[in-house]
Amino acid sequence: MSAAAGWLRRTWEHDLAWSFRRSPVIIVAALLTLVCVGGAVFAPWLAPHNPFDSGTVNLTDGFTPPAWSVGGKPQYLLGTDDQGRDMLSTIMYGSRISLAVGIASVLFSMTLGVGLGLLAGYVGGRVDAFIMRIADIQLSFPPILVALLIDGVARVVLPREAHDGIAIYVLILAIGVSSWVQYARTVRGSTLVERNKEYVQAARVIGRSQASIMLHHVLPNVMGPVLVLATIHIATAIITEATLSFLGVGVPATQPSLGTLIRVGNDFLLSGEWWITVFPGGALIVLVLSVNLLGDWLRDALNPKLR
Amino acid sequence: MKISRLLAVTVACVIAASIAAPNANATTLRWGAQNDILTLDPHSQNHATTHGLLQHTYESLVRYTKDFQVEPSLATSWQQISPTQWRFNLRKGVKFHDGSPFTADDVVFSYARIIQPQGTNQIYVSGVKEIKKIDDFTVEAILSGPNPVLLRLLVDFRIMSKTWAVKNKSENVQNYVAKEESFASRNANGTGPYIIKLWEPDKRILMVANPAWWDKISGNVTEVIYTPIKADATRVSALLAGDVDIVTDLPTQDVTRLRTDPKLKVLDGHEVRTIFIGMDQFSPELLYSNIKGKNPFKDIRVRKALNMAVDRETIKRVTMRGLSIPAAIMVAPGVHGHAVELDKVVPVDAEGAKKLLAEAGYPAGFEFSLDCPNNRYVNDEEICQALVGMWARVGLKVKLNAQPMASFISKIQKLDHSAYMLGWGVATFDANYTLQSLMRTKTTGADGSFNLGRISDAKLDALIDAAKTETDVKKRDTLLHDALVLTRDNFYYVPLHHQLRPWAMKKNVTTVYKSDDRPEARYARIE
Repeated sequence: MSAAAGWLRRTWEHDLAWSFRRSPVIIVAALLTLVCVGGAVFAPWLAPHNPFDSGTVNLTDGFTPPAWSVGGKPQYLLGTDDQGRDMLSTIMYGSRISLAVGIASVLFSMTLGVGLGLLAGYVGGRVDAFIMRIADIQLSFPPILVALLIDGVARVVLPREAHDGIAIYVLILAIGVSSWVQYARTVRGSTLVERNKEYVQAARVIGRSQASIMLHHVLPNVMGPVLVLATIHIATAIITEATLSFLGVGVPATQPSLGTLIRVGNDFLLSGEWWITVFPGGALIVLVLSVNLLGDWLRDALNPKLR
Repeated sequence: MKISRLLAVTVACVIAASIAAPNANATTLRWGAQNDILTLDPHSQNHATTHGLLQHTYESLVRYTKDFQVEPSLATSWQQISPTQWRFNLRKGVKFHDGSPFTADDVVFSYARIIQPQGTNQIYVSGVKEIKKIDDFTVEAILSGPNPVLLRLLVDFRIMSKTWAVKNKSENVQNYVAKEESFASRNANGTGPYIIKLWEPDKRILMVANPAWWDKISGNVTEVIYTPIKADATRVSALLAGDVDIVTDLPTQDVTRLRTDPKLKVLDGHEVRTIFIGMDQFSPELLYSNIKGKNPFKDIRVRKALNMAVDRETIKRVTMRGLSIPAAIMVAPGVHGHAVELDKVVPVDAEGAKKLLAEAGYPAGFEFSLDCPNNRYVNDEEICQALVGMWARVGLKVKLNAQPMASFISKIQKLDHSAYMLGWGVATFDANYTLQSLMRTKTTGADGSFNLGRISDAKLDALIDAAKTETDVKKRDTLLHDALVLTRDNFYYVPLHHQLRPWAMKKNVTTVYKSDDRPEARYARIE
């Protein structure tokens, strides 16, 4: 009991918590993120309808406007789309895909980038030159182009039926590969500093293997900035996913993400059914903004120079 | 549909550039549509957009009037010497655009050209065994059997100049599938009211009026600029911005808005195209289903249940925004053989459908997959999605497989499907075109060429075969009537609706709506 209370008190008095309490913007951002993530994760239990159970979707209700406007129906708070699917539920299910793709691709690019950066910084020499030149070359392409390229190749190589099934994984791979460079650069820089410090030399002297030193000694000391970078990148990854899906090369319409929903709704924007695209668009903005604010705050709070 | 979005911006910029600078003295009709033509070779591809454009340049022996009666064109008159022997008198003094005179040799040459196997337009001379030159301005068509719709077929049999083709080494039809190009696939030389000056693929087609045409255009358009604009929103925006004068292939959701725009008007009309669902009624076991060892679609009760579960009125109201005519039979109004009293839709009855499925031995329903194009018909994928929902409510679990037309059509033609959506237009405006292609037991040639569910009904075959050669109009009408009713009452297909295809144009443009969805510039007038 007292141990738990002690842990709580220590957390509460921690620098991070202190700076969190001090900034109302961050509290709001955190709450919004919580709502978005909560709504997405618990969609099957929270959503008023299941938009992907075709037996319960009724075409008669298609194009119902939001509940508060003329012709709206109370059971459809944010209206329905062209097939009569509840917009609120569709957005909740869509955020699930968006968030999952965003987080998974960040984890993927982080693993890739940290691994390569660590290797480059620690081993140095030709390996370093090789990895970092590849990074330089990739940096000269916009990330979205790299992602489009990977997705396009996957489409040609894989048969169509197979592609639909694994579209999400292709997307995660594409977004992940398109953004590993920043992690690699950050980690390489920190590794160059760390590898000559006494504790690393000491580990070397007592005969730890290279791999072990990299993993157990250098890695924990270079992860701080990476975590901050990752938080900010989640927002970028969600946007990239939405962009690809908006262009029609992301997830298929049968498992729509927010980007797909915006694309579908875009066809109806000019004919007066604004809610089909505006609400998913709003949800995307709120989600990305709050994740971004959290990331920025984390960066500032962890930066000793700004304290 | 997909990458096109990327291109939309580019296209928008290109349109502005490509539409600029029309001839100062010309009355120019700028026409925006969804698709580009495939080729300028009139015998190569049986493709609606290509035919619609090429009819401005290449003429046939006969043509349609505004209300789809057959009238003389390059032939001035014809008589039937025997049921299988037709004599055509050709128009004298007609010149091709390159100046060469039109004679019987060109007709004989064009016949030999259109029947080459690498083309897909042989249907328009089907049943014609031979075309013989009698003298310079008389030809004779020898048929393999009597053909009451011969003239309607010949409307799309376009005549090419023999001397021009020989001079330019284009005697052979372009092999489109093998990506072959020839002089004739890149240049056009017909006798028609407009001369194709320029074709920049996916960018624009420029046509100017032919001053030496044998007939007079009823409009005043002397120059036509055709711009293919893939993306729906971009195409509509081009009209709203005044970059084009007329737009075809309108997206349904924008029609209401265009109607209310004071600068524009919408010309309504229905296309002679029926959208329907076909089912595999041949395989002993469906390719894509959880029912093993038998084929549920062989049971008329299952097919009836599928029909009863479809709420065509709601599809019309929500998905089509009113732009469809719910269908009970497989041909659209305007097609010879269609009758309003046949085309009465049964009311939707989900409970009845469930009961029928239970009677047929599927009280819990079953699963099957539905192949569907996503870029061919108006709102095709959306309609399929709606059907999945409607069938789900009677216990049928349908897996939707929506794909672009190119991969879709080759998949279903390989009979690799359990059920599919297709639209069928009627080039001859005669019901037997549909009956022969979709319901006749598949043999070789045109019989059952698109009978992809492999329906086989001896009674139906007999009616269709009789209608092919019956020349007594009244007797033939009875045959068509009986065949359409037989198809309907056996639920061989699930007809959904007949498409309405309005065109939108600026207020100062007048033209004639054509049910084949092919605008003709010679009718257009710009004030």
